[in-house]
This record gives sequence, C-alpha cells and structure tokens, in this order.
Amino acid sequence: MADETEIQEEIPAAPVDEVLEALKALPGVTEANRQLDEVVLRAERARAHALLKTLRDEFAFQQVMDICGVDYPERSPRFELVYNLLSVTRNQRVRVLLNTDDATPVESASDIWPCAVWWEREVWDLFGISFTGLGDHRRILSDYGFEGHPLRKDFPLTGYVEVHYDEDRKTVVYDKVKLTQEFRNFDFLSPWEGMTLLPGDEKVNRSRS
Amino acid sequence: MTAAANSADIAWNNQHLPPGAEQDAVIKGITGELAGKGFIVANIDKVVNWARTGSLWPMTFGLACCAVEMIHAYMPRYDLDRFGIIPRSSPRQSDVMIVAGTLTNKMAPALRTVYDQMPEPRWVISMGSCANGGGYYHYSYSVVRGCDRIVPVDVYVPGCPPTAEALVYGIMQLQKKIRRTGTVLRG
Repeated sequence: MADETEIQEEIPAAPVDEVLEALKALPGVTEANRQLDEVVLRAERARAHALLKTLRDEFAFQQVMDICGVDYPERSPRFELVYNLLSVTRNQRVRVLLNTDDATPVESASDIWPCAVWWEREVWDLFGISFTGLGDHRRILSDYGFEGHPLRKDFPLTGYVEVHYDEDRKTVVYDKVKLTQEFRNFDFLSPWEGMTLLPGDEKVNRSRS
Repeated sequence: MTAAANSADIAWNNQHLPPGAEQDAVIKGITGELAGKGFIVANIDKVVNWARTGSLWPMTFGLACCAVEMIHAYMPRYDLDRFGIIPRSSPRQSDVMIVAGTLTNKMAPALRTVYDQMPEPRWVISMGSCANGGGYYHYSYSVVRGCDRIVPVDVYVPGCPPTAEALVYGIMQLQKKIRRTGTVLRG
C-alpha cells in the first residue's frame, strides 16, 4: 500500500483544476469549465488566434490533434469550430471552442501548428468555413470539382451527382443522382423491445388489472 | 463443331490423374513423343486456356477493408501462389483486376484508367458489397453504386467483407468461366 501511494505522488501532472484556473484568466476566453478531467474553453472568434498561440507558447500545448467543425442549423452563428490540443510534456488536453458562420473567415492556425493546414482544409471542404492566412485553401477529401459542403445538415445524404463510365465518350462522366430505390429510414421498433402491448393482447392486460 | 462438343474437349486442370501407373503412362507417352518427333500436338484453345487459368496475375486494387481479406488469400494459409496467382502492382502485367473495397467517385476515373491500361484479355472480380452495389454506402453522396458502372465485371463475390475462402472460390469461378468462354480468337 505504501509503495502504491509513493508511485502516485511521483506523477508530475498538474491537477486539471489548477490548469483550468490558469486558463480561465487568459484574454479571449469567455467561458471555461471541466469535462471528464479535460479543460474546455469557449473563445471569442476575434481573439482565438492569439489565445491558441498563448496556449502553445506558455502552456506547452505542442500539438493540435484535431480541428473540426460542428453544424448547429438552429443557432445564429451557425457553426462551431473545435480545436483539440495536446501537451505531450505535461500530459494534458484542452478543447477550445468558438462560434462562427460561413460568411466570416476565421484566422488560420497554420502559422502556429503547420499541420493545421490539413485540418483547416478538411473543415473548409466539409463545412465551408473559410480561413484567412491559410496558404493552401483547396478541398482535401471530396471529389475534384465537387460542389457543396457535405457535412452541413442541409446537404442531402445522397448528394446531387453520381458517376458512370460513358462508352461513347470513353471517360467517366457525372450525371444527376437517380436512385432505383428511395432511401428508407427504419425506426428499429422491435415487437420484443419497443412495443409494450402486442396486437390482440388487450384483453390479457384488462383481466390482469 | 458444336458448343457441346467444344465443352467436352476442354482441358480441365482439376481433372488431373492421380499419381500412379495411369499417370506415369501418360507422362511417358508425352515424353516419348517429344523425344521421338521433337514436338507434340495439342488443341491450341486448350493450351491457351490452361495457360490463362494457370497464371491469372491480379492487379491488386485494394480500396478498403476487403483488401485485408484479399491479402489473407495471398498469404500462406490459402496461398494463391499455388494457382499461379501472383499479385502485380502494374496494370500492364495483369490479367485480372480484383476491386476490393469501396469505390468512391473520386477514385472512379483512376480505376477506369488502370483497367484501360491492362492488356487484353482482361477480367474483373468485384469483391464485397461496396464494389458489388455500393453496399453500406449505397446512399452516400461520394460512393459509386457498384463498380460495374465503371468497368465490366466478370465475377461478383458477395460478403462484407467476403472471407478469403470466398475470394478464392470467386477466382476459381473465374477460371471456370475462362475455360468455358476463352478463345484465341478476338471477340
């Protein structure tokens, strides 16, 4: 038992609440809280770039694991941008959230973490959020000449185009989507789990009560 | 010659004689003929089909998880080498393309280019639900609903993913098809 407590004391990681207190006071942070031993910061869009730079330089968040978009069609600035940062030296993670829309570009984090180029290209590709200062502002995943941003909630699942090989033109051509069978939504209501009263069993229940 | 007579003449690789006196007699006969005349006479279609089915070199087109099952089929347990099947990384050297995985819209022109680069005669095996008809991604905005929209397919192997046995069976079905329909004449 004594050995175990000693080992626990040797782990140098700062408690998450201490980190939270330190990050709360940073300029640009509008809201800070803790979720499952990780710090979640909400940031102003205009000051987010400076905040991210501070997090890298002063709080040792050397790596950006992920930059992703979230679409909330009912919200007024429609999109949320999520930066997941990791400090390998301190074994800490922090998540920075900011709200944005498709009209106003966000300042690119590619000058802070070079790998952010790919993440931001992905966000641009799938959500249509644009970035200022992003050197390579091409799509990254979708087809060449693809139109639309497929992870937006108003983008139809089946899209607008499909491809087939044209024997006369000897090339792969695009045409409008034509489904032989419409997409179906199943409710997965099983008679064993979902329904409490099976058809024909009404009398059984009445006699029981 | 009628079609029925033709099919009876076809040399089947799987109808070989078991080792023994009968097999020895055949081998002795052939080697004797070679030693005596310096040549043997055989049906050219039979020889060509034997050669084609005995060295189906596949263009490995591993696109998704099906590729792992395809790799299993190449590995020692199922060992496609014993069928004379050696994976090629160049379409110029391949006879058959195994489309193993999800074919996306972006990949479709590349797949067709690779198919066009393969020399005739060429065959295509469509492996797995995604390549057969879009499968799980049938309603996706970015997936081709079946690779037969891009290239003509000879054998469809069902499954998600098909087991390595299923792919080996599919290859054997293709060999059967080649024996049935193969000819030296250009169609």
